[in-house]
Amino acid sequence: MNQRKKTIFWLAASALFLLAVAFLGYLWRDEALVTDFSRKNLAPCLKYPFGTDFMGRDMFVRTVTGLSLSIRLGVLTAAASAIFAGVMGIGAAVLGKAADSAITFLIDLVMGIPHILLLVLISYACGKGFWGVAVGITLTHWTSLARLIRGEVMQLKSSQYIQIAAKLGQSRLQIAGKHMLPHILPQFFTGLILLFPHAILHEASITFLGFGLSPEQPAIGVILSESMRYLAMGRWWLAAFPGALLMICVLLFRVLGESVCRLIDPGSVHE
Amino acid sequence: MKLEAKELSFRYQKGSRQILNHFSMTLESGERLGFAAPSGFGKTTLCKILAGYEKPDSGQVLIDGVPVQDIKGYCPVQLIWQHPELSVNPRWRMRQVLEEGGPVPERIMDGLGIERDWLNRYPSELSGGELQRFCIARALGEKTRFLLADEITTMLDLITQSQIWHFLLEEIEKREIGLLVVSHSGPLLDQICTRKVEMDQWT
Amino acid sequence: MEKQILLQVEGLSISFAQYTKGLRRRNLQVIRDLGLTVRSGEITAVVGSSGSGKSLLAHGILGLLPYNASMSGEILYKGQELTGRLLENVRGREIVLVPQSVSYLDPLMKVGNQVRKGRKTAGALERCRELLARYGLPPDTESRYPFELSGGMIRRVLISTALMEEPELVIADEPTPGLDLTAAKRVMGHFREIADEGTGVLLITHDLELALEVADRIAVFYAGTTLEEMEASAFQREETLLHPYSQALYRAMPQHGFQPLAGTQPYAGDSYEGCVFAPRCPYRGEECSIQEIPYREVRGRKVRCIRPELAEMSGSPGKMDRSPDAENLALTERGRMA
Repeated sequence: MNQRKKTIFWLAASALFLLAVAFLGYLWRDEALVTDFSRKNLAPCLKYPFGTDFMGRDMFVRTVTGLSLSIRLGVLTAAASAIFAGVMGIGAAVLGKAADSAITFLIDLVMGIPHILLLVLISYACGKGFWGVAVGITLTHWTSLARLIRGEVMQLKSSQYIQIAAKLGQSRLQIAGKHMLPHILPQFFTGLILLFPHAILHEASITFLGFGLSPEQPAIGVILSESMRYLAMGRWWLAAFPGALLMICVLLFRVLGESVCRLIDPGSVHE
Repeated sequence: MKLEAKELSFRYQKGSRQILNHFSMTLESGERLGFAAPSGFGKTTLCKILAGYEKPDSGQVLIDGVPVQDIKGYCPVQLIWQHPELSVNPRWRMRQVLEEGGPVPERIMDGLGIERDWLNRYPSELSGGELQRFCIARALGEKTRFLLADEITTMLDLITQSQIWHFLLEEIEKREIGLLVVSHSGPLLDQICTRKVEMDQWT
Repeated sequence: MEKQILLQVEGLSISFAQYTKGLRRRNLQVIRDLGLTVRSGEITAVVGSSGSGKSLLAHGILGLLPYNASMSGEILYKGQELTGRLLENVRGREIVLVPQSVSYLDPLMKVGNQVRKGRKTAGALERCRELLARYGLPPDTESRYPFELSGGMIRRVLISTALMEEPELVIADEPTPGLDLTAAKRVMGHFREIADEGTGVLLITHDLELALEVADRIAVFYAGTTLEEMEASAFQREETLLHPYSQALYRAMPQHGFQPLAGTQPYAGDSYEGCVFAPRCPYRGEECSIQEIPYREVRGRKVRCIRPELAEMSGSPGKMDRSPDAENLALTERGRMA
């Protein structure tokens, strides 16, 4: 198996796993809420691989459901954030000096404030819950991709072949569509995928802190913060398994992003 | 037709060196003008201004009295750059590169020795000499009236250089295109040009 | 007097593993069966068009090829195979590279520091000053940053950096692009000085005219291989050149007729049978496109042609004023150079 086949294998495997989690969690969304006091506080066993909690809920089902929610929220916010980044980045590069300084200032401003603080503020201002988190993450995560795209477009604009294209009678629209877009799109998609892990981790963090999703939802942040109270009583599985699965998902998103990056990036094409 | 530069002055930033200082010249159709000057003399900058890539700080470039920047669409003054690798989009196939300015007749492709097999390749699969042939073919569109050649064969071997110039001279003669050649090689300019501008007659 | 052979390359081939469409992998042969010699106190210029893989030669000799390249053939340095330990020991000390690009300098480090490679001993400081002065760089160059220097000055800084170690072999990879004629000649002149002090110089360049002004030997590079290696003085007259491609090069010079030759140089990875130059050769015969053409000794020089006599006999097409004492003339010229 050569390097490229390996990369494709990892890409497919991680994508499949993440899709499975998202889908299963969606199927189990009602089951995740079922309480059954006859099976409360069970340690991990074959039937309940992640154990059960103080209300007798199946922690495996709850974790998968929580992660599924995280992934779906991640897709939404990463996409929104990337599109926002694209608009801002291209805007900064083509709308002239004033727009560029304004957007660059905004990027610096957002990057200058600690992520989690800004996220809590925005989420709180939007009334917390699903939309609070979504808006918060979208508005805090676009900056680095926007900066990247701005740089790319700027560089393309001054590149010799694009200047020549204009002299050969190509209109601005044609240049944007035929020269720039094919160049920017791969970067855009890589950036988008690499946004997922951030989005998911931040969603979990602010939910954990109580500024995100509401406590009755089986979100991964809620699961982790509830489990805190039981850790001291020796029920380690309540935190350990959901935490580990969260980490696996985040890592797989990274693998996914890096695989895509490696397949697209000409620098490592022949590895 | 006449390509006229009137009183061009240019520098890149305020306070930096004056690259052109009230420079004037004319180039007529069918004329072949050679420029020889040491580097740093602003030859490339002059070419860029003449072809409308850069705006002079003062003065203007006129084609039969019309300012070159006012021309929309295909520019009748085409510049061929020194580095062909930078002049083509690395993600395009050569066919697309070649036809960006409109269809290129077989005659030009044959004259420049462009093999049909190259059309399906990407720029990274061709050598500098081969790419430069595409850049030249592309700049020879129907509406080209003046051609500016900025050290276009400097990076090529002598045989390719001679091949390219023989074709270009023939084509230019036939279509009465005005040519401006920038080169550091005196013997080359002697072979090609009808008139030479030396550096001391410059500013 | 025959000078000592410093570097001898024989049968050198370099290829790259590349992905084509999708998952298929192929081997792209860029250099094939290349041979050349560098003697101490001489400049051997490898002359070929840019993009034909010459730079790889420098990187190949120094063992600096990228990860997906593989190399075969023999590289002898002072009669010993230049690999592993020996290469580690001599690279950057006895054998140095004057790189092609300005980007080899650290933009954030002062020039003097880079020339001295960070050393601050009195000896290093003195040697550095001496070198900069020798190459006509003003004393304050030391405390300047690379972006403050012109292209010509940067080339001279790169040469100074290479000479810091008092090397025995200098490999210069395209030292002149971007320089105007005066600056380029000056840089070439510096290489001549280096050679005159007893160092061997391998000059890799696309500019035959410049190379002819300073080099002792010319290796004609075409489509990834060497076609002929001769005394530079052989280029004084077409008749003393053996390979039909060398003759075509001569005739293509603007001052020697500016005669073109149809066809193009095959690109790296293009497959061919027999002689790589056969499709463009005026003297080709049937056997030229069938058999592998060896790089063999003909009249004291290496030529990759099975019928150089033929090319020589017929002289240049359309130019019959061949003088019989051309060979002798070449020898006299050689005497002048030495």
